[in-house]
Amino acid sequence: MSKADLPVKDPDLGQPVPNPGLEEHIERWTDANQAAGNRTYAAVVGMLAAVPILAISFVVIYFAVPKELIIDFGLLKASAQNVGFGLTGGLAAMLIGLAAIQWSRALMGDVESVEYRHRAASSEADRAAVAQQFREGVEQSAVGRRKLLLGAMGGAVGISLVPAVVLLADMGPWPTKRMREETIEKTIWAEGVAILNDETWRKIKPSDLEIGQLVNAEPETLRKLHGADYQREKAKAALILVRMDPASIKIPESRKDWQVGGILAYSKICTHVGCPISLWERQTHHLLCPCHQSTFDLADSGVVVFGPAGRSLPQLPIKVNQEGYLVAQGDFTVPVGPSYFERDSSKDFRKGDQ
Amino acid sequence: MKYLSKRHRAVARPLLLLLALVAIGLGYSMVVPQYSSAESEKSQQVEEGRALYTVTCASCHGLNAEGTSQAPSLIGVGAASVDFQMGTGRMPAARPEAQIPARPVIYTQTQIEAVAAYVASLGSGVAIPAPAQYSTEGLSAEQIAAGGAKFRANCSACHGIIGGGGALPNGKYAPSLYKTSDVHVWEAMRTGPQQMPVFSKEVLNDQDAREIIGFLNQAHQQANYGGLGIGMAGPVSEGFWAFIIGIGGLALIATWIAKKGARAR
Repeated sequence: MSKADLPVKDPDLGQPVPNPGLEEHIERWTDANQAAGNRTYAAVVGMLAAVPILAISFVVIYFAVPKELIIDFGLLKASAQNVGFGLTGGLAAMLIGLAAIQWSRALMGDVESVEYRHRAASSEADRAAVAQQFREGVEQSAVGRRKLLLGAMGGAVGISLVPAVVLLADMGPWPTKRMREETIEKTIWAEGVAILNDETWRKIKPSDLEIGQLVNAEPETLRKLHGADYQREKAKAALILVRMDPASIKIPESRKDWQVGGILAYSKICTHVGCPISLWERQTHHLLCPCHQSTFDLADSGVVVFGPAGRSLPQLPIKVNQEGYLVAQGDFTVPVGPSYFERDSSKDFRKGDQ
Repeated sequence: MKYLSKRHRAVARPLLLLLALVAIGLGYSMVVPQYSSAESEKSQQVEEGRALYTVTCASCHGLNAEGTSQAPSLIGVGAASVDFQMGTGRMPAARPEAQIPARPVIYTQTQIEAVAAYVASLGSGVAIPAPAQYSTEGLSAEQIAAGGAKFRANCSACHGIIGGGGALPNGKYAPSLYKTSDVHVWEAMRTGPQQMPVFSKEVLNDQDAREIIGFLNQAHQQANYGGLGIGMAGPVSEGFWAFIIGIGGLALIATWIAKKGARAR
């Protein structure tokens, strides 16, 4: 860009704006008045001298004040130790900061200086010298004459990454179709598996549920698992049972045998990103996910009525066994939980399906 | 009566008569059906409840509690439901809104129990629990911990991990349980007020309810070591304070320091 294009310029120097020069120097109080300077000096040293006292008090409070001691301020209660730490540690940090500011503003050298700007690039001579050095290095390494050296080295380093890639790729199961069918597309719900109330681990009879009741449930077979297997299967099999008035809800023809007298079972795992959901409103029959506000209508086969979820909540077909307890008819008919690229979503329930 | 003197005989006849009268009276009282004083008190309570119902509840719930377009029927909701709704000040409602909030209670417990008795007389429902059903007395530390697990499995989705409450769609919310009394927690579980689902005694029995209430009381008694809770709403309110009060305050102090000149004029 040429300087002639700039709107403002100093005709004398050919610069875009006139040189403003240096501001008039005004002395500071601390320089003009010896006593004021000494006072500031004493204040800075005094602030810094208080810091060791506070630091030692901090350590003393750490050991001397019992952890259980609570100070009651009326509106709020606080641990006596925490209050002590805050007062001593916080005050120490603040005094260091104030001392540093006061030191730099009132006591450090007070001389204006001019720093000229230069081009950032090195001089032509320096750049030529570096280029010459590089050329000599290439010449010395013999790759100019024996050209295969460079290719062989590159190939060797490149191929040595293959073991690392294979190790990384083998950190988990390879997600083939069969592997998906065995893992994420399957839960431990099966024909006849009893539905247990979560945490009390008691079986449930249809008569136990009133209209408007919600039960958080797990499969009975989960009780046999331990460790990682337990967590993995619990995360997929978690269930919510709700009882609604069968006359006030929509039960499609294809799902009329999936429920027991208005008791319906749904996966507890949100189809958006897999949060557990049991925020159920008994009057609207809506189930809300607390993570991103996806809302499912449990009175209409779990279709999405609001939020980012793309698919209906999977429903589990249930029945009553010979002893009168609620059991599953089988596994979910679609994979539970969030989507993935290879997921076959053609079997998911869509609003209006029969 | 030969062994009695003539004078004695004269006294014995009226005595015998008196004895016979007492025996007949006692026998009659045993045969005739009894109206105990407890029962007449009960029916008197229902009458009082009906009178209160007519002036405070009937305009929305209907003259015979059959329900209207404004409010549900109360037939079969039970005494526990009335005790919860009136005992927490939710009923009588001030106005129709997304969710009827808890308000100061304006009725005495006797009046509330009278209305509850009247509503209970309309159809069977959950009764007001006896203290043994919700009392947390005698719970061991293990039982309170188990109550915590049950609370997290069943209640925390809406009410938060220790019952601080939470938001629901369209202006509704799960209220904080910090100030809810033990009996009201029990009644809410059993009756499912407003949008809350029911947790029946068959699925979560009274022992489970006692453990859950015990956990809530334990959690709410713990001192807040962190000082000011800022609504306990987590990173949103904490971030708000850090940015507005904390960084804003630092900016003001920096401006003040820079303005307070060090120059001699």
